[in-house]
Amino acid sequence: MFPLGLTSYIIGGAFIGLAVAFVYILTGIHATQSTFFTSTLSYFVKRPYFQRETNLKSREWRLFFAAGVMLGALIYTLTISPDGFWVTSIPLWRLIVGGFLVGFGTRLSSGCTSGHGISGVASLSTTSVYAVLTFIATGMITVYILGVLGI
Amino acid sequence: MKQQNIVLFIGGIIFGFGLAYGNMSKPEIVLSFLQRTDFGLAVLMAAGFAFAFVAINIVPRFIDKPILGGEFKRRERTLGKNTIIGAIVFGVGWGLSGLCPGAAISSVGVGNLPALAGIAAMFLGAYVMGRYFS
Repeated sequence: MFPLGLTSYIIGGAFIGLAVAFVYILTGIHATQSTFFTSTLSYFVKRPYFQRETNLKSREWRLFFAAGVMLGALIYTLTISPDGFWVTSIPLWRLIVGGFLVGFGTRLSSGCTSGHGISGVASLSTTSVYAVLTFIATGMITVYILGVLGI
Repeated sequence: MKQQNIVLFIGGIIFGFGLAYGNMSKPEIVLSFLQRTDFGLAVLMAAGFAFAFVAINIVPRFIDKPILGGEFKRRERTLGKNTIIGAIVFGVGWGLSGLCPGAAISSVGVGNLPALAGIAAMFLGAYVMGRYFS
């Protein structure tokens, strides 16, 4: 069940939860991820969907948040990471096709692993619980099918 | 720099550190969870949930508003057809790439530069959704 042990998962998850708690207690903001794409696009795309007030109001902090996420991972890699810099061996086409579906799906669903998975579920939102169960299930089915096809 | 941006920047650093520490910035680890060979990510989610749960449900009983201003409001969304269709599409993309938005951004920080292609594709997906399906 846990070939890599539990420690890194527990500590990593605790940091993620602490970050969400830290931001919420100080500002009341739910520090979530996927709206970042839409809110950043609002700088360039003038259509009403992108120019919604929620996007305009959050687009600045979402850029700072994303920059922080990248920097935090870099700090981990340069300090206590056991394996240093690391590159995936998953084929590029899967990152691109998958990434497209992730961008499309999370925006249609109004949330991702962080928005539905952490902030939504911790807000006891049943909508988020259904969303999480759905994307974990379809993720597992997808990986299973890829395995059967030998991809 | 605005106070709010500083808080989110620091929060982002902690968040990204956690994603990297918890291996979630590695798509291979995400796929091993979806393959049901390593359930560690469920543990990571549970640990994250615990802290977020306390902040969202318990802390507001003791202080009536956020320390720097604003208001405490649960994150609630109305359940609609799009919530589920979107989650289905997201799950397929997650299973293909092993990337979700936050993990992809942190993945760049661990040196996984191909994740940038995934992020670019996420922007395109978000654009197509907003442009044609909203």
